[in-house]
Amino acid sequence: MKKGRVLIVGGGIAGIQTALDLSELGFYVYLVEKKSTIGGVMAQLDKTFPTNDCSI
Amino acid sequence: MVETGRSPNIEILTLTDIEKVEKEEDGYRVKVKIKPRYIDPNKCTACGECMKYCPTLAIDTYNVGLTFTRAARIDFPQAIPTCYYIDEASCLYLNHETCRICTNVCGPKAIDFSQKPEIKDLEVGAIVLTIGFSDVPESVLKKYGYGKYEDVLTSMEIERLMCVSGPTQGEIIRPSDFKHPKRIAYIQCIGSRNLTCDRPYCSSVCCMYAIKEASVLKEHDPDLDITLFYMDIRTQGKGFDAAFNNAVKKYGFKIIRGRPAKVDKVGDKLVLSYVTEEGEYKRDFYDMVVLSTGLSPPEDAEKIAEIFGIDLNEYRFVATKSIAPIQTSQPGIYVAGAFQGPKDIPESVTQASAAAAQVSEILKEARFSATIKKEYPPEEKELIKEEPRIGVFICHCGVNIAGVVKVEEVRNYIEKFPNVVLAETVLYACAQDFLEELKKKIKEYKLNRIVIAACTPRTHEPLFQDTLREAGLNLGLFEMANIRDQCAWVHSDNPDKATEKAKDLVRMALAKVQKLEPLNIHTVKVTPSALVIGGGVAGITAALSIAEQGYEVYLVEKENELGGNLKRIKYLITGEDPKVFLKELIEKVNNHPKIKVYLNTKVEKISGYVGNFTTVLKNEEKEKTVNHGVIIAATGAKEYIPSKYPYDGKKVITQLDLEKKLIEDKSFKKIKKVVMIQCAGSRGEELSYCSKVCCQQALKNALKIKEMSSNTEVYILYQDIRAYGFYEKYYLEARKRGIKFIRYLNNKRPMVEKKGRGVVVKVYDPIIGEEIEIKPDLVVLSVGIKFPEENEIVNMLKLPTTQEGFLMEAHVKLRPVETTSDGVFICGLAHSPQPLPEVLAQVKAAAAKACILLAKGVVETTPYIASINEKKCIGCGICAELCPFSAIEMVKVEKRRKAKVITASCKGCGVCASHCPVFAIDVGGFSTEAVLSQVQAFKGWELLENQTKKNRNGRKENRKLKEE
Repeated sequence: MKKGRVLIVGGGIAGIQTALDLSELGFYVYLVEKKSTIGGVMAQLDKTFPTNDCSI
Repeated sequence: MVETGRSPNIEILTLTDIEKVEKEEDGYRVKVKIKPRYIDPNKCTACGECMKYCPTLAIDTYNVGLTFTRAARIDFPQAIPTCYYIDEASCLYLNHETCRICTNVCGPKAIDFSQKPEIKDLEVGAIVLTIGFSDVPESVLKKYGYGKYEDVLTSMEIERLMCVSGPTQGEIIRPSDFKHPKRIAYIQCIGSRNLTCDRPYCSSVCCMYAIKEASVLKEHDPDLDITLFYMDIRTQGKGFDAAFNNAVKKYGFKIIRGRPAKVDKVGDKLVLSYVTEEGEYKRDFYDMVVLSTGLSPPEDAEKIAEIFGIDLNEYRFVATKSIAPIQTSQPGIYVAGAFQGPKDIPESVTQASAAAAQVSEILKEARFSATIKKEYPPEEKELIKEEPRIGVFICHCGVNIAGVVKVEEVRNYIEKFPNVVLAETVLYACAQDFLEELKKKIKEYKLNRIVIAACTPRTHEPLFQDTLREAGLNLGLFEMANIRDQCAWVHSDNPDKATEKAKDLVRMALAKVQKLEPLNIHTVKVTPSALVIGGGVAGITAALSIAEQGYEVYLVEKENELGGNLKRIKYLITGEDPKVFLKELIEKVNNHPKIKVYLNTKVEKISGYVGNFTTVLKNEEKEKTVNHGVIIAATGAKEYIPSKYPYDGKKVITQLDLEKKLIEDKSFKKIKKVVMIQCAGSRGEELSYCSKVCCQQALKNALKIKEMSSNTEVYILYQDIRAYGFYEKYYLEARKRGIKFIRYLNNKRPMVEKKGRGVVVKVYDPIIGEEIEIKPDLVVLSVGIKFPEENEIVNMLKLPTTQEGFLMEAHVKLRPVETTSDGVFICGLAHSPQPLPEVLAQVKAAAAKACILLAKGVVETTPYIASINEKKCIGCGICAELCPFSAIEMVKVEKRRKAKVITASCKGCGVCASHCPVFAIDVGGFSTEAVLSQVQAFKGWELLENQTKKNRNGRKENRKLKEE
């Protein structure tokens, strides 16, 4: 039996999306981030191209 | 982010490093080191007192060093976990054993200096690396005066400067004299496309972000004069060209082709010297220069590669293959996002979902074996039915609210209202001990309605609702009054008025909560199978992924064989053999026990909704009906032959024709001169957009020609060579091999004429300022990709399309493969023109999203959905027409037309309710009665009561009138 847990290294937008999808696909996820918060670079952006939506 | 923080199945480990990874038979054992936070996240209420009183300054890395923060801090207010931490490097106590002010000011006593680093072993079945990228080193930036001249900024610095939450609250000022700049220059490709700093690749995103930043700057100050220095404009993403052109037109940006070699300073101005395309030497003065810095691999890429045992490519990003873009060299370890190569947000999000699909394929037997499912006690039905018994709790939020609003006065005021059984103040309503207390109070006082006056429902409503459910109350019987963000914070200068406003807000919440009804979370069963429409490489890969994740698939192709456009691709620029790849895929699909392939088959009719679709498939002989829970539309697109060029398939051909000729036609070596024309029919000629793949295709085929016959002359006429990411390598190679690149202007396109047996190409060369004439043996048109005009699937599924005609995603960035119709996913060329590796990632992403529904087995609706009063409904159909989610259908009830909500699809946006001419629609939690009651209570309670009586009387009178 394979383990139902998955490790994700890096809590930026890619890590967050992988974590959300995997948890919904029925896996327990460890989301490891070296900083004090997840969000990565996208959390630093004022707005995003091309829709100029707020990033957070 | 917030969703991630809430999921019971995502354990977020911050301040954590990976120490060691050991391979085991069925997965990996990973040793991690969790550094101390020195603040207990279970106690911290994020009130911010510790930071307010912390005397030690530290550099604010979130604001890229533009300002200072404190040793005790949170990086930004929306951080997850929403908990402060103490920076070991700068804290006075941790370094000099003095201070500890934070310990004394912390209300909930969350500061804990006794914390030690914790080593943890994690056992996992798979690993996904989403480490991202790092900044361009300062040594590279120094060449452009960065560090020497204060007004030379990086793109991230300006991003923070223009952000309202940034160091200047969004004011754009020059660091040297704090004046507003009037002229700004952007220099592109800093730390990208540059051999001298060991970064020859293109960073793919800077062209777009520069134009975004420039646009936002213009919105801040319409008088700004902004110049952007480009080499090539690489805005190849979906809709990006249009966005770029619109911005340039709207804001009047100056676009100069060239890269200034350095930045000088004269007086208080920065000087850029450059050579224009026409060969003219120029010097221009600016107040500020922004360096559009590229994406570098993580600083510790080698260390990471060593720990995980994976290979890196020549640029120190993770090595992957074109035919397996998510797979690292180590089985069970995948990569997504910028660590795989520079890429933008939509592509990172797509790869992330693709990685989830890959993991879900290999670990399918362990699905739901380690997850936690939250159970709630049954609801107290009798209690809920009784007259309202309301509990009101007013939160101090430390001093955040209580420092301004006189909370005790609000409590005394609200206590006297009818139906209020209990009114209390609480130090921190979100603290775990209060939530336990709340559950007890609900039982003890038999409360059946709760009002919490505190912060914003955006962050805290789900938490409180969860507590209600744990206490057997329905989550709908709850209302929040935001007396912090919308009261205490904004009126901190006027405590008396703030207190009055808080009373108003709580009174209004009280009025609303009386009228609220219990809400239900409906569940709809999902048929555990998928319909994949389209048998190209996208459809095949999607079908395989879904089947490998454990679900049945019906794969439908209208042609007589699988393979689609990929059948015409003979070789890849990166060297893999697409023929072998496709053959293997088709064999797998045909032999997979969970996949049924229908060739020569059309989709005749699709009915139903998410979880429960019924589709009629039809071939020449018969019809077949299949039931399925989800749909993947991978219907593809086709090469577009523009009418403007004398295409004949012989002397004037397309890149795909050329590819065939190069492989099959042995006489090719006789051809001595080839001209390739980029954007033939694209980017404003017949198709408005860029097809993304044609530049690589031209480079690939030009290099192939050179490989086969090095004497053959190859010309490539282009506007911008969009060899983004690592494709830049082939552009460099092509230049080295002597392939001649001639740029043409968008308004002076090359002319191709047939003269006798030959062909003549005329093109205006802006560098020499003259028209040149080439007489080649062969003209190759790099043509675009077009979505078929007649696509019955689009109509059947009511899928919205973009201006360019491709299928439209639900959200450009965050939901790139979903559509506004739940349960319908899009991928491949039908989504947008894109090269094979991107198609493969996108297809897997669509498969992941589809399997999320299939794995759950049920669709849970949001409790806030529309409901229609059938008696009132006059069947006008306005709501069904307007619903953006196709969640309302018109049905016949006793021979009358009535609107019906498809609960599984409704998102509770309320568009229908606001347009219903007879007020027959209510949205859960926002019923007309509850909202009106709340509004009326704004004026005062008495008015509300009078109004209610009046309404009641009015209704009675109406009824009487009707009866008469």
